Amino acid sequence: MSGDSRLLGFWYVLPYLIGLMVFTAIPFLGSLYLSFTDYRLMQGMSFVGLENYTDILTRDRTFTRSFNVTMLYVLITVPLKLAFALFIAGILNSKLKGIGFFRTAYYVPSILGGSIAIAVLWRYMFADTGLINMLLTSIGFEAINWFGNPGTALFTITLLRLWQFGSAMVIFLAALQSIDKSLYEAAAIDGAKPWRAFFAVTLPLLTPVIFFNLIMQMVQAFQEFNGPYVITNGGPLKSTYLLPLYIYEMAFKKFDMGYASAIAWVLFAVIMVLTLIAFWSSKHWVYYAGDKRS
Amino acid sequence: MSDSILHSDKAIEDAEKFLAVQRRREKISLAIRYTILTVVGLIMLYPLIWLIGASFKSNTEIFAGAGFMPANPTMDGYVKGWETSTPYTFGRFFWNTFLIIAPKTICTVISCTVVAYGFARFDFPGKKILFATVIGTLLLPNIVTRIPQYLLFNELGWLDTYLPLWVPSALAGDAFFVFMLLQFLRSIPRDMEEAARVDGATSFQALIYVVVPMLVPAMISVALFQFMWTMNDFLGPLIYVSSVDKFPVSLALKLSIDTAETFEWNRILAMSVLTLLPSLIVFFLSQKYFVEGISAGGVKG
Repeated sequence: MSGDSRLLGFWYVLPYLIGLMVFTAIPFLGSLYLSFTDYRLMQGMSFVGLENYTDILTRDRTFTRSFNVTMLYVLITVPLKLAFALFIAGILNSKLKGIGFFRTAYYVPSILGGSIAIAVLWRYMFADTGLINMLLTSIGFEAINWFGNPGTALFTITLLRLWQFGSAMVIFLAALQSIDKSLYEAAAIDGAKPWRAFFAVTLPLLTPVIFFNLIMQMVQAFQEFNGPYVITNGGPLKSTYLLPLYIYEMAFKKFDMGYASAIAWVLFAVIMVLTLIAFWSSKHWVYYAGDKRS
Repeated sequence: MSDSILHSDKAIEDAEKFLAVQRRREKISLAIRYTILTVVGLIMLYPLIWLIGASFKSNTEIFAGAGFMPANPTMDGYVKGWETSTPYTFGRFFWNTFLIIAPKTICTVISCTVVAYGFARFDFPGKKILFATVIGTLLLPNIVTRIPQYLLFNELGWLDTYLPLWVPSALAGDAFFVFMLLQFLRSIPRDMEEAARVDGATSFQALIYVVVPMLVPAMISVALFQFMWTMNDFLGPLIYVSSVDKFPVSLALKLSIDTAETFEWNRILAMSVLTLLPSLIVFFLSQKYFVEGISAGGVKG
């Protein structure tokens, strides 16, 4: 296949190229441009330079609050989710009967978790007279006003995402199962205890997958919307007012497209910087078994 | 040195003791594992089990206790929830959801297959850069492009239609699927296609008659993923669809907790069950299909 196929392949990827231009590349640059303007839908657009950004970074208290809450949410949710996923994957990675059943049971929440129906369920479960409080009072604890306290309200959203550890777990499990068993035998012969083998053999071999899961979960967590929108409505006292909800309300409730774009770019910059730090630092902690992966 | 140990009776005794201890340790470890797995599994699944039970309870019983078995099962939640507080029934919202999902899924499978074929089997100028953008869009947070996309759809007059939900997918916009199909394509040998080309088939005929039959399992998993993602998609319809008569179930459910029905929890929970049902059914059916499809296609999973 040569000659004519030099352009032939191009025709096959043309739909992608058009989609990329129209729905990704141009909007991407468009939002950067918008972030330097004062643009309200149905009104004119005027170029304001860095004004949106200086407002966001110096004057906008809602942004500061929202930014801090978002960082707190990501910092709590992502490590907890990864640790839990790895822990359960580690338990599942042995000759257990019914492993398929458990794997399915743990994966189901990941399939359903994004659904609005689950957010609705959460809202009921943590209501004042909801399921969780009924369980707490039935075993002698006091009911908690989950949505009334800033700390607990954010925690309900974190729990919703932790509940969906299944997809990260499945990836960890696949990686664990691909580890050469002879490495453990070698470690055992050298007298290594199981926990030592975990830190010396398992963890280094898992670092590429940990890295992958870390990036994916982080990008996802920064974009959390359904939880705050449906479960807590951003409250109380804006304690669950994550940046995506702020951007949504600025853009699609107030139709302040310029300012909303600027917030989106600040969020994007944060995600980019953290991703780059992760990539840069990966040289020091991610171990690639050169000959095993291509 | 090892010889002398092996020959000593005491050493053998010690070794047996050691093995017995080890066996007991393994048994305990197994018991701990099962306990953790079962407890975690119960905690994970209880909300769902409870949800199903509660949807058959009366509204007062929902707040009466944490058990999942309804004392007097009633279909009240389903009957009244189905009617909704809007002029439409939930049937209408399910139909709308189907109208969004069916074209979107079909277009996704076709476009992503064609594009992945182009990337996998041909060389063309700029291929490397273009392929890099596939990975780039995988990592690009949607939140950055959403506002200009909205303005674009507004200009095109596509707001309050399903076009903003269909068209980007029809142009292979979900980079994840292109990437996934590409991985599958790489594991399929080219011999048969090349034989077909030698026999005079065009590259498009080779795609349809040779590649697609081998790629079917992968295409089905793309369709399943897209089905479930679209079923769960909330933000897309929220931004683009504004008329109630065009609402998919996700928006209808949100609407029902916002309106006066807020205190009629059994209706909302019943409709939540119905909303989750398609994804659950598809997941349990596809689990089996995944395994069969992958082994039938001879592709290593």
